[in-house]
Amino acid sequence: MSWGFLRDLLSGVNKYSTGIGRIWVAVVFIFRLLVYVVAAENIWKYEHDEFECNIKQPGCENVCFDHFFPVSHIRLWALQLIMVSTPSLLVVFHVAYRENREKHHKRRLYRSPGDIDGGLLCTYLTSLILKTGLEIVFLVLFYKLYNGFKVPRVVKCDISPCPNTVDCFISKPTEKMIFLYFLVATSCLCIVLNLSELSYLVFKHSIKCYLKRYIKRCQ
Amino acid sequence: MDWGSLQAVLGGVNKHSTSIGKIWLTVLFIFRIMILVVAAERVWGDEQQDFVCNTLQPGCRNVCYDHFFPISHIRLWALQLIFVSTPALLVAMHVAYTRHEKKRRFRNGEKIDIEELKNEKIHIRGALWWTYTSSIFFRLVFEAVFMYVFYYMYDGYQMPRLVKCDAWPCPNVVDCFVSRPTEKTTFTIFMLAVSGICITLNLAELCYLVMKICTKDSKKTP
Repeated sequence: MSWGFLRDLLSGVNKYSTGIGRIWVAVVFIFRLLVYVVAAENIWKYEHDEFECNIKQPGCENVCFDHFFPVSHIRLWALQLIMVSTPSLLVVFHVAYRENREKHHKRRLYRSPGDIDGGLLCTYLTSLILKTGLEIVFLVLFYKLYNGFKVPRVVKCDISPCPNTVDCFISKPTEKMIFLYFLVATSCLCIVLNLSELSYLVFKHSIKCYLKRYIKRCQ
Repeated sequence: MDWGSLQAVLGGVNKHSTSIGKIWLTVLFIFRIMILVVAAERVWGDEQQDFVCNTLQPGCRNVCYDHFFPISHIRLWALQLIFVSTPALLVAMHVAYTRHEKKRRFRNGEKIDIEELKNEKIHIRGALWWTYTSSIFFRLVFEAVFMYVFYYMYDGYQMPRLVKCDAWPCPNVVDCFVSRPTEKTTFTIFMLAVSGICITLNLAELCYLVMKICTKDSKKTP
Protein backbone atom coordinates (compact mmCIF):
# COMPACT_ATOMS: atom_id res chain seq x y z
CA MET A 1 0.00 0.00 0.00
CA SER A 2 1.67 3.19 -1.14
CA TRP A 3 1.17 6.16 -3.41
CA GLY A 4 0.69 3.78 -6.34
CA PHE A 5 -2.74 2.96 -4.90
CA LEU A 6 -3.77 6.63 -5.08
CA ARG A 7 -2.40 6.83 -8.59
CA ASP A 8 -4.52 3.84 -9.68
CA LEU A 9 -7.63 5.33 -8.02
CA LEU A 10 -7.17 8.65 -9.79
CA SER A 11 -6.59 6.91 -13.13
CA GLY A 12 -10.08 5.47 -12.70
CA VAL A 13 -11.47 8.97 -12.06
CA ASN A 14 -9.90 10.25 -15.27
CA LYS A 15 -12.38 8.35 -17.43
CA TYR A 16 -15.40 10.27 -16.10
CA SER A 17 -13.85 13.72 -15.94
CA THR A 18 -14.21 16.73 -18.18
CA GLY A 19 -11.17 18.08 -20.05
CA ILE A 20 -10.32 20.44 -17.20
CA GLY A 21 -10.71 17.54 -14.76
CA ARG A 22 -8.12 15.57 -16.73
CA ILE A 23 -5.71 18.49 -16.58
CA TRP A 24 -6.30 18.58 -12.80
CA VAL A 25 -5.45 14.86 -12.53
CA ALA A 26 -2.26 15.41 -14.56
CA VAL A 27 -1.22 18.35 -12.35
CA VAL A 28 -1.85 16.32 -9.18
CA PHE A 29 0.12 13.32 -10.50
CA ILE A 30 3.10 15.11 -11.90
CA PHE A 31 3.54 18.38 -10.03
CA ARG A 32 2.35 17.23 -6.62
CA LEU A 33 2.57 13.48 -6.14
CA LEU A 34 5.71 12.87 -8.21
CA VAL A 35 7.52 15.92 -6.78
CA TYR A 36 6.54 14.76 -3.28
CA VAL A 37 7.92 11.25 -3.78
CA VAL A 38 11.12 11.97 -5.71
CA ALA A 39 12.20 15.24 -4.11
CA ALA A 40 10.30 16.55 -1.10
CA GLU A 41 10.31 13.36 1.02
CA ASN A 42 14.12 13.25 1.04
CA ILE A 43 14.46 16.84 2.22
CA TRP A 44 12.44 16.19 5.37
CA LYS A 45 13.82 12.67 5.90
CA TYR A 46 16.29 13.46 8.70
CA GLU A 47 14.65 16.64 9.97
CA HIS A 48 14.67 15.52 13.59
CA ASP A 49 18.22 14.16 13.56
CA GLU A 50 19.55 17.31 11.95
CA PHE A 51 17.63 19.66 14.25
CA GLU A 52 20.38 20.95 16.56
CA CYS A 53 20.14 23.05 19.72
CA ASN A 54 23.00 24.93 21.31
CA ILE A 55 22.71 23.02 24.57
CA LYS A 56 23.77 19.70 26.10
CA GLN A 57 20.68 19.41 28.34
CA PRO A 58 19.03 16.02 27.61
CA GLY A 59 15.46 16.31 26.35
CA CYS A 60 15.73 19.96 25.35
CA GLU A 61 16.09 19.24 21.63
CA ASN A 62 13.16 16.82 21.60
CA VAL A 63 10.89 19.24 23.42
CA CYS A 64 11.83 22.19 21.20
CA PHE A 65 11.39 20.19 17.99
CA ASP A 66 7.97 19.04 19.14
CA HIS A 67 6.99 22.62 20.03
CA PHE A 68 8.00 24.13 16.70
CA PHE A 69 6.86 21.22 14.47
CA PRO A 70 3.64 19.81 16.00
CA VAL A 71 2.91 18.14 12.64
CA SER A 72 5.76 18.03 10.15
CA HIS A 73 5.32 19.85 6.81
CA ILE A 74 5.78 16.63 4.90
CA ARG A 75 3.04 14.82 6.80
CA LEU A 76 0.61 17.71 6.27
CA TRP A 77 1.53 17.63 2.58
CA ALA A 78 0.76 13.89 2.38
CA LEU A 79 -2.56 14.36 4.19
CA GLN A 80 -3.45 17.19 1.83
CA LEU A 81 -2.73 15.01 -1.22
CA ILE A 82 -4.90 12.19 0.10
CA MET A 83 -7.80 14.41 1.21
CA VAL A 84 -7.84 16.41 -2.00
CA SER A 85 -7.87 13.31 -4.22
CA THR A 86 -10.61 11.50 -2.32
CA PRO A 87 -13.76 13.51 -3.29
CA SER A 88 -13.24 12.33 -6.88
CA LEU A 89 -14.20 8.86 -5.66
CA LEU A 90 -17.77 10.10 -5.14
CA VAL A 91 -18.06 10.31 -8.93
CA VAL A 92 -16.62 6.81 -9.42
CA PHE A 93 -19.06 5.38 -6.87
CA HIS A 94 -22.04 7.13 -8.49
CA VAL A 95 -21.10 5.78 -11.94
CA ALA A 96 -20.70 2.28 -10.47
CA TYR A 97 -24.12 2.67 -8.83
CA ARG A 98 -25.64 3.64 -12.19
CA GLU A 99 -24.03 0.66 -13.94
CA ASN A 100 -25.32 -1.63 -11.17
CA ARG A 101 -28.84 -0.28 -11.58
CA GLU A 102 -28.74 -0.91 -15.31
CA LYS A 103 -27.55 -4.46 -14.68
CA HIS A 104 -30.27 -5.00 -12.08
CA HIS A 105 -33.07 -3.70 -14.33
CA LYS A 106 -31.52 -5.46 -17.35
CA ARG A 107 -32.20 -2.50 -19.63
CA ARG A 108 -30.65 0.83 -20.58
CA LEU A 109 -31.64 3.47 -18.04
CA TYR A 110 -29.13 6.15 -19.00
CA ARG A 111 -27.76 7.43 -22.30
CA SER A 112 -24.35 6.47 -20.90
CA PRO A 113 -23.59 5.80 -17.19
CA GLY A 114 -20.52 8.06 -17.40
CA ASP A 115 -22.38 11.07 -18.89
CA ILE A 116 -22.31 14.06 -16.56
CA ASP A 117 -26.00 14.91 -16.24
CA GLY A 118 -28.76 14.73 -13.66
CA GLY A 119 -27.67 13.17 -10.38
CA LEU A 120 -24.11 12.61 -11.56
CA LEU A 121 -23.78 16.32 -12.28
CA CYS A 122 -24.72 17.10 -8.66
CA THR A 123 -22.20 14.53 -7.42
CA TYR A 124 -19.51 15.96 -9.70
CA LEU A 125 -20.19 19.52 -8.56
CA THR A 126 -20.16 18.39 -4.90
CA SER A 127 -16.80 16.68 -5.41
CA LEU A 128 -15.40 19.88 -6.98
CA ILE A 129 -16.64 22.02 -4.08
CA LEU A 130 -15.20 19.55 -1.55
CA LYS A 131 -11.85 19.44 -3.34
CA THR A 132 -11.59 23.24 -3.42
CA GLY A 133 -12.70 23.52 0.22
CA LEU A 134 -10.13 20.98 1.39
CA GLU A 135 -7.33 22.69 -0.54
CA ILE A 136 -8.16 26.00 1.11
CA VAL A 137 -8.44 24.37 4.55
CA PHE A 138 -4.98 22.84 4.25
CA LEU A 139 -3.41 26.05 2.97
CA VAL A 140 -4.89 27.94 5.92
CA LEU A 141 -3.68 25.19 8.27
CA PHE A 142 -0.13 25.45 6.91
CA TYR A 143 -0.26 29.23 7.24
CA LYS A 144 -1.57 29.19 10.82
CA LEU A 145 0.68 26.38 12.12
CA TYR A 146 3.89 27.80 10.73
CA ASN A 147 3.28 31.56 10.78
CA GLY A 148 3.24 31.93 7.03
CA PHE A 149 5.15 29.70 4.64
CA LYS A 150 8.58 30.65 5.90
CA VAL A 151 11.02 28.24 7.47
CA PRO A 152 13.44 30.11 9.76
CA ARG A 153 17.09 29.15 10.17
CA VAL A 154 17.03 29.66 13.95
CA VAL A 155 14.26 29.32 16.49
CA LYS A 156 14.55 30.45 20.10
CA CYS A 157 13.24 27.91 22.58
CA ASP A 158 12.71 28.29 26.34
CA ILE A 159 10.52 25.32 27.26
CA SER A 160 11.44 23.12 30.21
CA PRO A 161 13.86 21.29 30.47
CA CYS A 162 15.82 23.86 28.43
CA PRO A 163 17.45 26.26 30.90
CA ASN A 164 16.80 29.88 29.77
CA THR A 165 16.46 30.58 26.04
CA VAL A 166 18.28 28.27 23.69
CA ASP A 167 19.10 28.69 19.98
CA CYS A 168 17.89 25.79 17.86
CA PHE A 169 18.90 25.41 14.23
CA ILE A 170 16.67 23.88 11.58
CA SER A 171 18.29 21.86 8.79
CA LYS A 172 17.91 22.89 5.09
CA PRO A 173 15.50 25.79 5.76
CA THR A 174 15.93 27.41 2.34
CA GLU A 175 15.28 24.17 0.45
CA LYS A 176 12.22 23.49 2.63
CA MET A 177 10.90 26.98 1.99
CA ILE A 178 11.36 26.62 -1.80
CA PHE A 179 9.37 23.39 -1.82
CA LEU A 180 6.70 24.86 0.45
CA TYR A 181 6.21 27.70 -2.02
CA PHE A 182 6.04 25.10 -4.80
CA LEU A 183 3.32 23.30 -2.80
CA VAL A 184 1.37 26.54 -2.37
CA ALA A 185 1.69 27.38 -6.08
CA THR A 186 0.42 23.96 -7.19
CA SER A 187 -2.42 24.08 -4.63
CA CYS A 188 -3.48 27.47 -5.98
CA LEU A 189 -3.29 26.14 -9.55
CA CYS A 190 -5.51 23.21 -8.55
CA ILE A 191 -7.99 25.60 -6.87
CA VAL A 192 -8.14 27.68 -10.07
CA LEU A 193 -8.69 24.52 -12.17
CA ASN A 194 -11.46 23.31 -9.86
CA LEU A 195 -13.22 26.69 -9.89
CA SER A 196 -12.94 26.89 -13.71
CA GLU A 197 -14.40 23.40 -14.05
CA LEU A 198 -17.23 24.33 -11.65
CA SER A 199 -18.05 27.51 -13.62
CA TYR A 200 -17.85 25.65 -16.94
CA LEU A 201 -20.24 22.89 -15.83
CA VAL A 202 -22.71 25.30 -14.21
CA PHE A 203 -22.66 27.55 -17.29
CA LYS A 204 -22.99 24.65 -19.74
CA HIS A 205 -25.95 23.10 -17.95
CA SER A 206 -27.70 26.43 -17.34
CA ILE A 207 -27.53 27.12 -21.09
CA LYS A 208 -28.84 23.61 -21.79
CA CYS A 209 -31.78 24.08 -19.35
CA TYR A 210 -32.56 27.52 -20.71
CA LEU A 211 -32.55 26.27 -24.31
CA LYS A 212 -34.83 23.34 -23.41
CA ARG A 213 -37.32 25.68 -21.73
CA TYR A 214 -37.17 28.11 -24.66
CA ILE A 215 -37.82 25.31 -27.17
CA LYS A 216 -40.74 24.05 -25.05
CA ARG A 217 -42.23 27.55 -24.88
CA CYS A 218 -41.90 27.96 -28.65
CA GLN A 219 -43.75 24.67 -29.16
CA MET B 1 4.42 6.26 -7.53
CA ASP B 2 7.87 7.21 -8.75
CA TRP B 3 9.81 7.72 -11.96
CA GLY B 4 8.26 4.50 -13.32
CA SER B 5 4.87 6.22 -13.51
CA LEU B 6 6.36 9.09 -15.48
CA GLN B 7 7.99 6.54 -17.76
CA ALA B 8 4.62 4.82 -18.30
CA VAL B 9 2.99 8.14 -19.23
CA LEU B 10 5.81 9.23 -21.54
CA GLY B 11 6.04 5.81 -23.16
CA GLY B 12 2.58 6.47 -24.57
CA VAL B 13 3.83 9.69 -26.16
CA ASN B 14 6.60 7.75 -27.91
CA LYS B 15 4.17 6.38 -30.50
CA HIS B 16 3.36 9.85 -31.84
CA SER B 17 6.88 11.26 -31.84
CA THR B 18 9.27 11.75 -34.72
CA SER B 19 12.44 9.59 -34.82
CA ILE B 20 14.47 12.34 -33.19
CA GLY B 21 11.77 12.58 -30.51
CA LYS B 22 12.13 8.85 -29.84
CA ILE B 23 15.89 9.22 -29.49
CA TRP B 24 15.34 12.14 -27.09
CA LEU B 25 13.01 10.03 -24.96
CA THR B 26 15.55 7.20 -24.84
CA VAL B 27 18.34 9.58 -23.81
CA LEU B 28 16.05 11.05 -21.16
CA PHE B 29 15.15 7.68 -19.67
CA ILE B 30 18.54 6.02 -19.78
CA PHE B 31 21.08 8.78 -19.36
CA ARG B 32 19.17 11.10 -17.10
CA ILE B 33 16.38 9.46 -15.08
CA MET B 34 18.14 6.12 -14.66
CA ILE B 35 21.49 7.71 -13.80
CA LEU B 36 19.72 9.99 -11.32
CA VAL B 37 18.01 7.09 -9.58
CA VAL B 38 20.78 4.47 -9.52
CA ALA B 39 23.85 6.65 -9.10
CA ALA B 40 23.39 10.33 -8.41
CA GLU B 41 20.98 9.84 -5.50
CA ARG B 42 23.58 7.68 -3.71
CA VAL B 43 26.34 10.21 -4.25
CA TRP B 44 24.25 13.02 -2.77
CA GLY B 45 22.57 10.76 -0.21
CA ASP B 46 24.81 11.65 2.72
CA GLU B 47 25.41 15.25 1.75
CA GLN B 48 24.43 16.90 5.00
CA GLN B 49 25.58 14.16 7.34
CA ASP B 50 29.05 14.22 5.85
CA PHE B 51 29.27 18.00 5.51
CA VAL B 52 31.81 18.69 8.23
CA CYS B 53 32.82 22.05 9.69
CA ASN B 54 35.90 22.75 11.71
CA THR B 55 34.02 23.94 14.76
CA LEU B 56 32.14 22.50 17.72
CA GLN B 57 29.65 25.38 17.74
CA PRO B 58 26.16 23.81 17.53
CA GLY B 59 24.13 25.07 14.60
CA CYS B 60 27.11 26.31 12.60
CA ARG B 61 27.11 23.27 10.29
CA ASN B 62 23.36 23.54 9.61
CA VAL B 63 23.58 27.22 8.82
CA CYS B 64 26.66 26.89 6.59
CA TYR B 65 25.15 23.96 4.69
CA ASP B 66 21.98 25.93 4.11
CA HIS B 67 23.97 28.97 2.98
CA PHE B 68 26.09 27.11 0.41
CA PHE B 69 23.39 24.67 -0.82
CA PRO B 70 20.06 26.54 -0.83
CA ILE B 71 18.64 23.76 -2.97
CA SER B 72 20.45 20.49 -3.50
CA HIS B 73 21.67 19.46 -6.99
CA ILE B 74 19.67 16.29 -6.81
CA ARG B 75 16.39 18.13 -6.17
CA LEU B 76 17.11 20.61 -8.96
CA TRP B 77 17.72 17.72 -11.36
CA ALA B 78 14.52 16.01 -10.29
CA LEU B 79 12.56 19.24 -10.90
CA GLN B 80 14.37 19.76 -14.23
CA LEU B 81 13.45 16.26 -15.40
CA ILE B 82 9.82 16.71 -14.36
CA PHE B 83 9.48 20.09 -16.07
CA VAL B 84 11.28 18.95 -19.21
CA SER B 85 9.09 15.83 -19.53
CA THR B 86 5.81 17.63 -19.01
CA PRO B 87 5.44 19.39 -22.41
CA ALA B 88 5.29 15.94 -24.04
CA LEU B 89 1.99 15.52 -22.22
CA LEU B 90 0.51 18.35 -24.29
CA VAL B 91 0.96 16.11 -27.32
CA ALA B 92 -0.54 13.12 -25.50
CA MET B 93 -3.56 15.22 -24.47
CA HIS B 94 -4.03 16.51 -28.04
CA VAL B 95 -3.93 12.96 -29.45
CA ALA B 96 -6.35 11.75 -26.75
CA TYR B 97 -8.70 14.65 -27.57
CA THR B 98 -8.56 13.83 -31.33
CA ARG B 99 -9.35 10.18 -30.60
CA HIS B 100 -12.17 11.19 -28.26
CA GLU B 101 -13.69 13.36 -31.01
CA LYS B 102 -13.51 10.50 -33.51
CA LYS B 103 -15.16 8.14 -30.99
CA ARG B 104 -17.92 10.70 -30.42
CA ARG B 105 -18.53 10.89 -34.16
CA PHE B 106 -18.65 7.08 -34.27
CA ARG B 107 -21.23 7.06 -31.48
CA ASN B 108 -23.29 9.62 -33.38
CA GLY B 109 -23.58 7.28 -36.31
CA GLU B 110 -20.63 7.86 -38.60
CA LYS B 111 -18.94 4.69 -39.83
CA ILE B 112 -15.48 4.42 -38.31
CA ASP B 113 -13.63 1.18 -37.66
CA ILE B 114 -12.88 1.01 -33.92
CA GLU B 115 -9.89 -1.27 -34.32
CA GLU B 116 -8.36 0.97 -36.94
CA LEU B 117 -8.95 3.96 -34.66
CA LYS B 118 -7.01 2.34 -31.82
CA ASN B 119 -3.98 1.45 -33.94
CA GLU B 120 -4.05 4.52 -36.14
CA LYS B 121 -0.74 6.35 -36.45
CA ILE B 122 -1.48 9.99 -35.97
CA HIS B 123 0.48 12.16 -38.39
CA ILE B 124 2.04 15.34 -37.16
CA ARG B 125 0.25 17.92 -39.21
CA GLY B 126 -2.24 20.75 -38.76
CA ALA B 127 -3.07 21.59 -35.15
CA LEU B 128 -0.97 18.68 -33.86
CA TRP B 129 2.09 20.17 -35.59
CA TRP B 130 1.60 23.37 -33.60
CA THR B 131 1.12 21.46 -30.34
CA TYR B 132 4.20 19.33 -31.01
CA THR B 133 6.36 22.32 -31.95
CA SER B 134 5.19 24.26 -28.88
CA SER B 135 6.07 21.31 -26.66
CA ILE B 136 9.60 21.19 -28.09
CA PHE B 137 9.93 24.95 -27.63
CA PHE B 138 8.87 24.71 -23.96
CA ARG B 139 11.28 21.83 -23.41
CA LEU B 140 14.13 23.97 -24.73
CA VAL B 141 13.13 26.88 -22.53
CA PHE B 142 12.96 24.72 -19.38
CA GLU B 143 16.32 23.08 -20.11
CA ALA B 144 17.97 26.45 -20.63
CA VAL B 145 16.38 27.96 -17.52
CA PHE B 146 17.51 25.11 -15.29
CA MET B 147 21.04 25.13 -16.67
CA TYR B 148 21.21 28.84 -15.98
CA VAL B 149 19.82 28.37 -12.44
CA PHE B 150 22.52 25.75 -11.75
CA TYR B 151 25.24 28.01 -13.07
CA TYR B 152 23.96 31.03 -11.13
CA MET B 153 23.38 29.22 -7.84
CA TYR B 154 26.62 27.30 -7.68
CA ASP B 155 29.02 29.72 -9.39
CA GLY B 156 29.80 27.37 -12.22
CA TYR B 157 29.58 23.60 -12.28
CA GLN B 158 32.43 22.64 -10.01
CA MET B 159 31.91 21.40 -6.47
CA PRO B 160 34.57 22.87 -4.15
CA ARG B 161 36.32 20.73 -1.51
CA LEU B 162 36.36 23.51 1.02
CA VAL B 163 34.03 26.42 1.67
CA LYS B 164 34.67 29.23 4.13
CA CYS B 165 31.67 30.16 6.20
CA ASP B 166 31.11 33.06 8.59
CA ALA B 167 27.33 33.01 8.99
CA TRP B 168 26.03 33.34 12.54
CA PRO B 169 26.39 31.38 14.91
CA CYS B 170 29.79 30.35 13.52
CA PRO B 171 32.47 32.24 15.41
CA ASN B 172 34.74 34.04 12.89
CA VAL B 173 35.43 32.23 9.62
CA VAL B 174 35.09 28.46 9.70
CA ASP B 175 36.34 25.86 7.20
CA CYS B 176 33.63 23.49 6.02
CA PHE B 177 34.34 20.42 3.92
CA VAL B 178 31.97 19.09 1.31
CA SER B 179 31.65 15.31 1.03
CA ARG B 180 32.70 13.60 -2.26
CA PRO B 181 33.37 16.80 -4.23
CA THR B 182 35.12 15.09 -7.14
CA GLU B 183 32.38 12.50 -7.63
CA LYS B 184 29.77 15.24 -7.44
CA THR B 185 31.64 17.37 -9.99
CA THR B 186 31.88 14.34 -12.31
CA PHE B 187 28.15 13.71 -12.13
CA THR B 188 27.34 17.40 -12.51
CA ILE B 189 29.41 17.59 -15.68
CA PHE B 190 27.85 14.34 -16.94
CA MET B 191 24.31 15.65 -16.38
CA LEU B 192 25.29 18.93 -17.98
CA ALA B 193 26.65 17.11 -21.05
CA VAL B 194 23.48 15.04 -21.39
CA SER B 195 21.36 18.21 -21.03
CA GLY B 196 23.40 19.67 -23.86
CA ILE B 197 22.76 16.58 -26.00
CA CYS B 198 19.03 16.83 -25.26
CA ILE B 199 19.02 20.52 -26.22
CA THR B 200 20.77 19.62 -29.50
CA LEU B 201 18.24 16.86 -30.22
CA ASN B 202 15.34 19.23 -29.50
CA LEU B 203 16.82 21.91 -31.81
CA ALA B 204 17.34 19.30 -34.54
CA GLU B 205 13.75 18.10 -34.14
CA LEU B 206 12.46 21.68 -34.29
CA CYS B 207 14.43 22.35 -37.51
CA TYR B 208 13.20 19.07 -39.01
CA LEU B 209 9.56 19.93 -38.28
CA VAL B 210 9.90 23.45 -39.69
CA MET B 211 11.62 22.14 -42.83
CA LYS B 212 8.96 19.45 -43.24
CA ILE B 213 6.17 22.03 -43.20
CA CYS B 214 8.11 24.37 -45.55
CA THR B 215 8.84 21.62 -48.13
CA LYS B 216 5.20 20.51 -47.96
CA ASP B 217 4.06 24.09 -48.60
CA SER B 218 6.51 24.50 -51.48
CA LYS B 219 5.29 21.19 -53.02
CA LYS B 220 1.69 22.45 -52.81
CA THR B 221 2.36 25.80 -54.53
CA PRO B 222 3.18 25.12 -58.19
